[in-house]
Order: sequence, then C-alpha cells, then structure tokens
Amino acid sequence: MALLQIAEPGLSAEPHQRKIGVGIDLGTTNSLVSVVKSGAAETLPDHDGKHLLPSVVQYQKDLTNVGEEAKNASASDPVNTIVSVKRFMGRNVEDVVSTWKKLPYQFAENSGNPIFQTVQGNKNPIQISADILTALKVRAEASMGDDITGAVITVPAYFDDAQRQSTKDAAQLAGLNVLRLLNEPTAAAIAYGLDNDEEGSIAVYDLGGGTFDVSILHLNKGVFEVLSTGGDTALGGDDFDLAIAEYVTGKLGVEEQSTKYHRQFMNAAKQVKEALSTTDSATFTVDIESHLHSITITKLEFESIIKPLIDNSIKICKQALADAKLKVDKIQQVVMVGGSTRVPLVRELVGNFFDTQPLTSINPDKVVAIGAGIQADILVGNKPDNDMLLLDVLPLSLGIETMGGLVEKIIPRNTTIPVARAQEFTTFKDGQTAMMIHVLQGERELVDNCRSLAKFNLTDMPPMAAGAAHIRVTFQVDADGLLSVTAMEKSSGTQAHIQVKPSYGLEESEVLEMLTASMTHAKDDMQARMLKEQQVEGQRVLEAMDGALSADGDKLLSKDEREAIDVALLQLATLIQSDDADAIKQQIETVDNVSQTFASRRMDMSIREALSGQSVTDL
Amino acid sequence: MQAPLRFNGSSILAITVTEAAANRAKTFLQNRGKGLGLRLGVKTTGCSGLAYVLEFVDELDEGDEIFEDNGVKVIIDGKSLAYLDGTELDFAKEGLNEGFQFNNPNVSGECGCGESFNV
Repeated sequence: MALLQIAEPGLSAEPHQRKIGVGIDLGTTNSLVSVVKSGAAETLPDHDGKHLLPSVVQYQKDLTNVGEEAKNASASDPVNTIVSVKRFMGRNVEDVVSTWKKLPYQFAENSGNPIFQTVQGNKNPIQISADILTALKVRAEASMGDDITGAVITVPAYFDDAQRQSTKDAAQLAGLNVLRLLNEPTAAAIAYGLDNDEEGSIAVYDLGGGTFDVSILHLNKGVFEVLSTGGDTALGGDDFDLAIAEYVTGKLGVEEQSTKYHRQFMNAAKQVKEALSTTDSATFTVDIESHLHSITITKLEFESIIKPLIDNSIKICKQALADAKLKVDKIQQVVMVGGSTRVPLVRELVGNFFDTQPLTSINPDKVVAIGAGIQADILVGNKPDNDMLLLDVLPLSLGIETMGGLVEKIIPRNTTIPVARAQEFTTFKDGQTAMMIHVLQGERELVDNCRSLAKFNLTDMPPMAAGAAHIRVTFQVDADGLLSVTAMEKSSGTQAHIQVKPSYGLEESEVLEMLTASMTHAKDDMQARMLKEQQVEGQRVLEAMDGALSADGDKLLSKDEREAIDVALLQLATLIQSDDADAIKQQIETVDNVSQTFASRRMDMSIREALSGQSVTDL
Repeated sequence: MQAPLRFNGSSILAITVTEAAANRAKTFLQNRGKGLGLRLGVKTTGCSGLAYVLEFVDELDEGDEIFEDNGVKVIIDGKSLAYLDGTELDFAKEGLNEGFQFNNPNVSGECGCGESFNV
C-alpha cells in the first residue's frame, strides 16, 4: 500500500508520476536533505532518527562509509577518511596544501584538483562529495518510497564558478538532477518565507561550529540579490568551547592543558555552553588523574568569556553593511543560521546591532536545507503557477570587444536569467582566418573601462573578403549565473567556446561603482565611441582603397584623378589620428566622392571581365 | 463517531480518520496556514483502474459531502464517495517512509505498488 502525502488542491499526481524535489544542504561539517511533505518542508532522518549527516567519507577497500561511522573512524584511519571535503571543492592542490598545512591525506602528484590516495584508489573532491550526496539521495528515496525528480543544492554565496561547477558535477555523479544551485543565505531567507515580501534588505547571520558568514541580501519582487558577504573561516561555536576550556584551565590551576585532556575539556565546555542556553548556571566537570574536578559557571561568566568573539562577528557585519552601502536601519529582517545562534547572547547582540528581533523560530541547523526543499518543490512543479519562482538578474551587461576597442553589448543588465542571446559579427580584414573573442562585463562603451571576463580565439575560419564572413556569437547564462560564450563561423561551422562566471570575484560595491561610472561618463563615452567608430571606418576605407589602387589604380585613373584621390587619402590618414569624429566622417565622404568615378570604372571592368568570352545566350 | 448517512438510497458508512492521521493532518493544515480540511477522492487512472486523491481543500465544490472525525474535516465529492464508503484514513510508517493510507473496504484488487486499485 502506497503511503500518500497531501497535495495542493487539484495537484494530485498520477500514480507513479509523483514529482519529488529535494533540498540538499551540502555542508562543510554536516549535510542535510529535506523535502516538502503534505505542504511542509522537513528534513529527513536516517534509520536512527538523526537528521544531520556528518560530511565525512571513509574509504575502505570494498566499502565506502559516509556519515557518523566515517566520522568515528577519522581518528583511527585519518588517511582514508576525508573530513570537510567542501573546503577543497574547486581548488587546486597547491592551494589546498599551502592553506591547510597539517592535512593527514596523501595527495597524488599532479596539478589541478587535489587527488586523495586511499586504499580504495584515487578520489577527487567531486567524487567524495558525490558519495555524500548519494547517501542523502538514498535516504530521500527510502523516505519517499519513490525516485527523486530533482534537487536544489545550496552553496555559499561566495562560491566561485569553479566551486559551483564542481558541486554540480558531484551531483551529476551521484545521479541527481540539479534543478539549481541556491545561495545558502537565500535558502535561509526562503525558509522564513521572506521571498513573499515586496522589497527589502535582509541580513543572514550564520554562525556554525567552525565558521562564520554574514550576507546582506536585497529582495525585489521575489528576486534575491547578494549585495555583500563577509565572514571568518576560524570563528564558530568551537571557539566558544575553547574559550570556556581555557577559562576553566586557569581557574582550576592546571599548569597546561595537555592534549590528553583536550578532548575531555572541550566536551565538558560544550555541555556547559549548551546548558547555559536555557539555565543560569551549569557545572563543568572533568576527570584528571582519577580526580573529579568540578566548577560552576554562571551565565554571566560564560557571556563575559564569549563576548569578545561575538563582538568580532558584529565587526564583520558592520563591514558587510558598509560593503553593501547600506545603513543598519535599512535592514528589515535578520535570519539566524547555524547551531551557535542558539546562544542567547548571540541573539541579543545581533538583535541590538541590527536593531531588530532576529528570526529564530526555525531550527538554525536545518533552516538552509528547509529553504532549499521549498524551492525544489516549486521547481518540480508541485505548487500552483501563481507561486513566484525565484529569479535572478544580471547585475551588469555582458558583451564582446569589437574593432577599435569598443564594447558591443549582447545581453543588457537586469535581464532575468536563464537567458540566451546571439548576435552576428564579421571580419575586418581580407583573408582573416582567426578572430579573438574578448568577453566583457560593464556598462561603459570602451573596453578599457569594462571588466574583462575571458578571451578566446576562433581559429581555422576559411579566408574570405573583409565583411563577408558571418560569425555568430551566442551568450548563454544559465540559472546559476554561469555564462557560456560560443562563436561560430557560419559557412564552415567552425566554432569555439568558453565558460565563465560573471560575478566571480566581483563585489557589489564594484558593481555599483561600475554603474555609477557609466552614468557620469555617459556623454564622454558616447563621444569616445563615435570617434572610435569613425577611426575604425576611416582605417577600413584606407585599407580598401589601398588595395583597389594598387590593383587597378594605374590602369583606370589619369594622373590628375589619381593625385586627387591620393591627397584625400593622405588627409584621411592624418585625420584618423586626431580626435575629431566629425572631421573624419567628412573626410570619409570626401574620399568617397573623389573615388566615385574610380569605383564605377572598376565595376564596369569587372563586369566586362566576367562577360568576356561568353556569349549573351549563356548568361 | 459519525451517524450513518443516507446516500443515493442506500445506507452509507462514515469516513473515519484515525487519531494519528488526524494529528498529522491538523499539523499540516496549521503549517500551511489555510485550508478547510482534506479532500479524499478517487480518479480513474493508473495501472489498476482507480487512484486515490489526497489534497488540501480551499474551496468546496458542488456535491461535496463533509465528514468530521477526530477534529478533521474530510471532504468527498459524491462520485468518489461510492468508492470510498467506509474508508478509514490512517497515517503509517514503513521504514523511513511515512504517509497517509486509505483503508478501503471496497477494494477488490490493487496494483503491486498500491498506488492504484479497483473495486
């Protein structure tokens, strides 16, 4: 007997046609999977009732362990047990080794992705992440008694192109259809239904076990934009534990807290911290050399110990606001994410800083996964059409460089994505067989004032007269903001392709700067553009005339006629070095006028040549 | 318990909702923030003839019958009622999977997966 969930009115699925969209929070320390059941998103537990899956994978010869079991093996089998693989996604091995000096892993000799040598063979971060995703997928399928239609996977807002692509690749390897990648802070905001608000600015404060992230989001008509992010990769609940442990060490008069007791101290500290979230005092107990040491810690003591750490996080929030160019009173909602936001003092200080009551009603460990689950349910089509779909927009226009250092925009800013646009270009010189495609981002007219995203070459084009080739350049931005550019020469089908993440490394403040600059420079830019266009056109006329004259000049022109043209050309050559667009334009017209007879004679001649030796009836 | 109703000239049994199903249904309705109750129904489809419908109800249709058990309103259209007469709505767990179950005395056979049935 199939077990049913309650559908929205009129949206009961046909048997065997149920569409199940899962949300996955692929975390550094723990991962979660959620799904909308009977109208509510909930995270799914394993057979032991545990919702959090530790993001740890242990490779044995014929067995892969994911989760709790692997986590327990990390001390005894460190080489084969990969902990927190998310840190290594989209990074190259030199990067990894220099950032984390004490990693217990054996890396294969290579450049590019780090490759972990385990008893089961070589594993890269994508494969390891795929194993975590597979465990979550299996859990979701068992919980729903059906196949998974698709998944929304969350990633940190600061993830770059390579990290996002690696996450997608891992999902594909795990057999998951990725509906889209969603920024973690955006997912948290969705969990609280903030996407239903008209407009506003939101802060997402994420204090986990080991890391702190803050994101400032702007919502406009259901579209979230990440204005700024900030964080500290070494600030979290573990630091609270450490601060307590150090405080107690001092009070107990223990000389040095040896590694032997470190774990015990940390565990005791953690218990005290958790107890003090709900009580006013708790007892810290450790067993040293069979002597039980107890010490009572009051909430006030605890708060004075951890306050400097929280103050640090507030400083980072201040910076994020400054980066977003927002005053604190513009923040309407603060979403709390991460287990450490259960500490009352954290809530209090964050609430004071933003001058608003933070949202805490959803379990802070699960809130990101829940938001992803809600989004997945909408994307697989289990919601009526009027429920708004989350859309993203391009913050800046995208285009390519054309002759003279000008930028031709292909997709204008504020276009909703996904989107695809194409435009045709041609060659500038006779016999040109290659073309450089320079992809640019920005609002200005000249290449120098825009941001260069990528360059690639379209080669092996068949040689043709200037202006005869048709090169179709297609820009495609997918739902995750990845840009693919394809250039194709139409007659031969030769093509070249590149993929980039336009937002990579770009701060919101820079986006704003680029926009403001485009407005203040609008007039100058247009003039500069017109000048460049005339210079390019002048250059083209010079080259065309030069070719024509050396071919037929002597044959078709009298000395006087030739001289007139030469003078006009010489003047044009001088003028295109100047910055007088109008003068160049006039001179191009002059050249055109003096060379008209020459052009028509050339045409007559080529017709005569084409016709000579052929009878009229053959034509 | 619901008193037996007269329907199409024949005596019909009530639709019942177990306590487990009622508690879940109430929670889900509360989370959703709106809805009159649950719609139980059948539609002709599937590999074995008929399939169950289980949906939230925002508006009543003409010909809907309303039952109430354990504090949950169950809404059924007249046509479906003929196939669901005497059904108990339960909430069950099978391993990790959990969901609502129709215990329907009218069923004479169902497909292997239980998603569709005939009477």
